[in-house]
Amino acid sequence: MKRRLNMTVNGHAVALEVAPHRTLLEVLREDLGLTGVREGCSTGDCGACTVLLNGKAVVSCLTLAPDAEGASVTTIEGLAKDGKLDAMQEAFIAKGAIQCGFCTPGMILAAKSADVLEGNLCRCTGYAKIQEAIRHAGSRGGSPHA
Amino acid sequence: MRPFEYEEPRSIEEAVSLLGAPGKNRLLAGGTDLLVRLKRREWPVDRVINLKRIETLRGIEERGDWVTVGALTTIEELERSEVVAKRWPLLREAAMEMASPQVRAMATAGGNLCNASPAADLAPPLLCLDAQMIAVGPRGERTIAIRSFFAGPGRTALAPDEILTGIRIPSAPARGCFIKFCTRRAMDLAVVSVACAVVSKETRLALGAVAPTPIRVAASAEEAAMRCAPIDDVRATAEYRRELVRVLAGRALAKAAS
Repeated sequence: MKRRLNMTVNGHAVALEVAPHRTLLEVLREDLGLTGVREGCSTGDCGACTVLLNGKAVVSCLTLAPDAEGASVTTIEGLAKDGKLDAMQEAFIAKGAIQCGFCTPGMILAAKSADVLEGNLCRCTGYAKIQEAIRHAGSRGGSPHA
Repeated sequence: MRPFEYEEPRSIEEAVSLLGAPGKNRLLAGGTDLLVRLKRREWPVDRVINLKRIETLRGIEERGDWVTVGALTTIEELERSEVVAKRWPLLREAAMEMASPQVRAMATAGGNLCNASPAADLAPPLLCLDAQMIAVGPRGERTIAIRSFFAGPGRTALAPDEILTGIRIPSAPARGCFIKFCTRRAMDLAVVSVACAVVSKETRLALGAVAPTPIRVAASAEEAAMRCAPIDDVRATAEYRRELVRVLAGRALAKAAS
């Protein structure tokens, strides 16, 4: 049985009908086309599917869609304002903190929400440039604490 | 995941009655273990009962001689709680070392304990603190001492129609620490974990990941190493774990005494 799901995604109110066994990740990607939300491990270990749920980073692969009822969800697509990238996005570009880009949306959203980056895996290379980018954003007032 | 029926009870009574209904019912708290099991099809399920809309299951409350941690309190809330920080550093350390910020924001105290992993991070500190588990079922409420709560890997003393609603901790403060040995710094399960607490001059020791359940042991590194019953698995051999118990229990006891 489908259920109504009302949430705010990247500032826009959306109303959907979803089956309750679907994850927030699936609804964001498949129903709303927000493919910046990445499915990596699908077991909560890699952080590629990180989104902000009411401002807090969570793994959307382990969030049941009905748990987003009434919530405000931010994906990487929601960070730019008026065509201008967010300070954390700019910092990742400035510091070359991107290789294939698969983990990047989750890294950026996690960095905006938490003090530490523990729950995001990069399989291209390593974390030095990513850490550098986050420090750079912090020093420019882009603040890891959005 | 396979489709399932879904319920969002608003009260504990409603949740208990749904849990007792025919079929394979599963409680959803944080979801960080349940959804993984359902995706892997390890647990058959007809109905998922989401407890998150029951407000009374959340939060940390001091009342008289006890502090009650609601079963749906998140690991992040435990980690940030002043009540926890000022009384029980070992419990705070266990919360902080779990998983990742994203998972700690979702995972719950009750979920960590009810899944009854031998490596459950909250178990050794709560064993040291003599916590009591509050269970509610169709026959009402009862408390279970945490020392008799874990029955085996994935098994607890809860009846199939009972729900863990909270964890009561005697409010006396305790010095002590939690030491978790992992092969990487974040996002890892314990190879061995050790909690040590000094509660009004009594020293207590508990171990995780070295027996079918988390266990309380005598406050001696030698006895702890003798008493534990570790297995060989993907993370370590039994022999290595036993040696780790000896070393880490010694360190924890020394730290708690200092």
